[in-house]
Amino acid sequence: MKANTRQVNGVMIVDLSGRITLGEGSVILRDTVRDLVGKGNKKILLNLGEVNYIDSSGIGELVSAFTTVRNQGGELKLLNLTKKVHDLLQITKLYTVFDVKDDETAAIKSYK
Amino acid sequence: MVGKRVTLTLDSTLDSVNSAEESATRFAAGAGFDEDEIARISMAVREATINAVLHGNAYDPAKKVGFQLERTRDSMVITITDQGQGLDPNKIPDPLAPENLLKQSGRGIFLIRAFMDEVQIRQLHPGTELKLIKHVPGAAGDNKEASQ
Repeated sequence: MKANTRQVNGVMIVDLSGRITLGEGSVILRDTVRDLVGKGNKKILLNLGEVNYIDSSGIGELVSAFTTVRNQGGELKLLNLTKKVHDLLQITKLYTVFDVKDDETAAIKSYK
Repeated sequence: MVGKRVTLTLDSTLDSVNSAEESATRFAAGAGFDEDEIARISMAVREATINAVLHGNAYDPAKKVGFQLERTRDSMVITITDQGQGLDPNKIPDPLAPENLLKQSGRGIFLIRAFMDEVQIRQLHPGTELKLIKHVPGAAGDNKEASQ
């Protein structure tokens, strides 16, 4: 799994690719979000457009990232879900928990 | 394919999780499942193996994970055993309950049940056996194969 971070209009966008699974994938996501929050970033957008697989550990890591950012008074949103990830979030009832976007520009504008 | 069986003994490691997933993917493809069903089976096997390695055997190098793939006349049957403390199916929290929705873990068994046709959980004292069953669509073709 790879994670590249860029900033657009005050929003930190994390472009994720590969698999978010138990082990390396989950750790990279966790470390990336913690690093961003630790530096005071409160507007985080996870771009999952190139994430083709996620397991329960990866789902748990997304939830953990969401609550970590929220507990710091920030917002974590998801962008560009693949069908597999979308279906998983639907099955686990997390689709309504996350703020899910499918357009980057609109997603950036949606932050308060 | 009918009657084919693969039996492995795996170490309690993350590599075993990946190996089990890859074996199940190949086996499911050979059993004639379509791409979506193969993905569901593979994920269920991944989750079941994670349970065995992580929650059952707790990465203990002295404890092994039993892994078996079998193609019966109408189904693919995956059996995964661990040597851990045991899993009581009646005590598995519902991950969809509002109080559990934002918990980091606890979705593995739920996903296995969502992706397979039948899931049987048996306590082994010590350990747990998970039997995952996916019916092969149009298994009538198997009768033809079996009669040849």
